Amino acid sequence: MREATLRVLIVDQNLLRAAVLEDGLREAGYRDIVVVRDMQNLMRRILDEEPDVILIDLENPNRDVLEQMFQVSRIVKKPVAMFVDQSDRSAIEAAIDAGVGAYVVDGLRKERVRAIVDMAISRFHAFDRLRTELDETRQQLVDRKLLDRAKGILMKQRGVTEDQAYELLRKTAMDANLKLAQVAQSVITAAELLK
Amino acid sequence: MSAPLQATVGFMPLLDCALLVAAHEAGIAARHGLALRLVRETSWANVRDRLAVGHFDAAQMLGPMVVAEALGLGPFRAPLLAPVSLGLGGNVITVSCELWSQMQVAGAAHGATPRTQAEALARVIARRMEQGQGALTLAMVFPYSCHHYQLRDWLALSGIDADRDVRLVVLPPSLLADALRLGQVDGFCAGEPWGSIAVDAGSGVIVALCNDMWEQPTEKVIGLRADRAERQPELVTALVRSVVDAARWASDARNRDALVGWLAEPRYVGARPALLHAALAGELRMAIDTAPVTRAGFLQLDVAATRPEPRYADLICEHMVRCGQVTDSAATRTRARAAFRNDLYSKALDTKEDN
Repeated sequence: MREATLRVLIVDQNLLRAAVLEDGLREAGYRDIVVVRDMQNLMRRILDEEPDVILIDLENPNRDVLEQMFQVSRIVKKPVAMFVDQSDRSAIEAAIDAGVGAYVVDGLRKERVRAIVDMAISRFHAFDRLRTELDETRQQLVDRKLLDRAKGILMKQRGVTEDQAYELLRKTAMDANLKLAQVAQSVITAAELLK
Repeated sequence: MSAPLQATVGFMPLLDCALLVAAHEAGIAARHGLALRLVRETSWANVRDRLAVGHFDAAQMLGPMVVAEALGLGPFRAPLLAPVSLGLGGNVITVSCELWSQMQVAGAAHGATPRTQAEALARVIARRMEQGQGALTLAMVFPYSCHHYQLRDWLALSGIDADRDVRLVVLPPSLLADALRLGQVDGFCAGEPWGSIAVDAGSGVIVALCNDMWEQPTEKVIGLRADRAERQPELVTALVRSVVDAARWASDARNRDALVGWLAEPRYVGARPALLHAALAGELRMAIDTAPVTRAGFLQLDVAATRPEPRYADLICEHMVRCGQVTDSAATRTRARAAFRNDLYSKALDTKEDN
């Protein structure tokens, strides 16, 4: 367990994502992980915890807080922004793409933290995929409900079967180059207006 | 006509993103063949990093950030340059209501000079020390910012040592008003509308306008990577012309309502239109129960304010040296100066007739 001694601090306003990242790090054998949720006392917590590596989500406005803290602090071990030399440009780009920032205590060898940063990058990406899938599933559910309501309206007002109602919606959508859900929404809106 | 240039430009929700917003929304950039995509950011560090790795083609930046990168103080050492400025001034120093009442007892008053206010603060600090109370916490928005240097200058007016007598912290502008209300910070220096928002919320009092201390304070600029500027000079030209024309447009009082309307939207600044109007007009309400004071040119967004004068870089460099961010040398000053590209600005405007 060669890296279990590194203390990793995760700053993320998204609790689910923080949990996903924490799990990944634990699976990889890191034992000393602190998740900070209270942004108001961020500096105090960092001073108290003395982490070796800090991971922060880039949507977090508190990133600027860290930048200054590391610049002026004479109290803490001094962390610096990840991989400041140009040779690691691709790692920096990958991290920024994924939306994660990393700060590492000065003097710590790069190889020791590279795995942590890579883990953060892949977990952030995985979380994004999860979020996208969830959004899509939610949208599908909404679309489905719209479609059912529109079919019901057509069946009632035009006296057609469910299959015929569906076919009518589908053909209208195709002809007008619209999504099925958009046509369904129009039918519902129209029906409400004519009530 | 050639295909329009595309540029993704990062900005922060501050009043001085106004010229970028105007360039985009009023169709000014489009007239210069530039299709702008404006991306709102949450931290200055993100703006810098996303510019460095190429997510942004250009960005609204603090003048001192561009100088810091030119001096190799940033994490990337990607040289940046500023071919045009986005305005001058617009910063205020705000303290919590509680600190203000202590300052009033110690001689501060509405409408007093920045020095008088700072002297009152010095007395408050001295008394706190006698009574064994902790140091006051004052916030600014980024280590490399005029806000930081202006806050230090204000404190220095009464001999307060910013490194010893108070605790200086960074907080993003959008969190300042809340932090002041909750007592996490006792005061801050930030660009408008954030001081006025704190006043409006009844959680703070503006004690100094930075324009009253710095004769012509530089503020935000358009920053872009030097290598990018060299590779695509037409982008620099289009950006300069768009911002300059936006400044002309924004100076016309008839356009003020439209500008405020856009800025008030959550995708830009997201603040009450009345506060934005007041700050743009230089009519600032220092406390919730006092009449506004008027300062012509409080936030200068006219054409004259868009020239990236190298003397601004001199001023920034001087302050960086004073607060220990960089060691003074002739080479340092030359490199700092080289970040503010007056020449590119002139070139973009001089060749205007060629098109």
